[in-house]
Amino acid sequence: MTPEILGTYAAAIFLLIGAGFSLVGVLGLIKFNDAMSRLHAPTKVGTVGIGALLLASMTYSFVSGVPSFHEFLIMAFLFVTAPISANFIAKVNIHQSHCEPVPEPAGDETWSVLDISEEDRELEEDGEPR
Amino acid sequence: MISAPDLLNFALIVAFVSLAFAQLMCMVRLVLGPGTGDRILALDTMVINALGLVILLGIHQGVTIYFEVSLLIAMLGFVSTVALARFMLRGDIIE
Repeated sequence: MTPEILGTYAAAIFLLIGAGFSLVGVLGLIKFNDAMSRLHAPTKVGTVGIGALLLASMTYSFVSGVPSFHEFLIMAFLFVTAPISANFIAKVNIHQSHCEPVPEPAGDETWSVLDISEEDRELEEDGEPR
Repeated sequence: MISAPDLLNFALIVAFVSLAFAQLMCMVRLVLGPGTGDRILALDTMVINALGLVILLGIHQGVTIYFEVSLLIAMLGFVSTVALARFMLRGDIIE
């Protein structure tokens, strides 16, 4: 068992983990029947699935003799941006009432995602779906 | 016990097939998807799967030039998701 063989085994196992997570995430995207549940599954593809593929790429680069660390950049970028885009999509779901209604805020304020600006009120009254 | 290069080749094939299947299923959700949120989510997942396919191509060919490609795809995917969601929320991208 030389380090090369161990590294190749590790890369293969990371590849299998990444492939499994992408498959499970996309099955969730297809099978779930609520917009917010569907949002939950593919966010795991973005973090764990692609993270494992990048780890496999890094391990394999060490095995093949040209070590590189810059996959960490993509990983860091994805780990930072995946929650932000998921949050934006959740806001779109709330805004379009594709989920359970949010609780009433305190006082006589409204949630910013449900707040319709003055010039768009007429559109809303025309029954135009937003 | 299966030898290491054989296992790596097998894992590469499995990963290619599952990511391609994931792309197809995302396309199904993109067409069906009852709400706009689902469509944006399907597009975002497609970008991420394309990123995974590019990484797999890099491992398969044993070259490192695909790193820049995947970084650019990651940035473009994030920006386009945020732009689409922002357009749905505010009716405008830059106010």
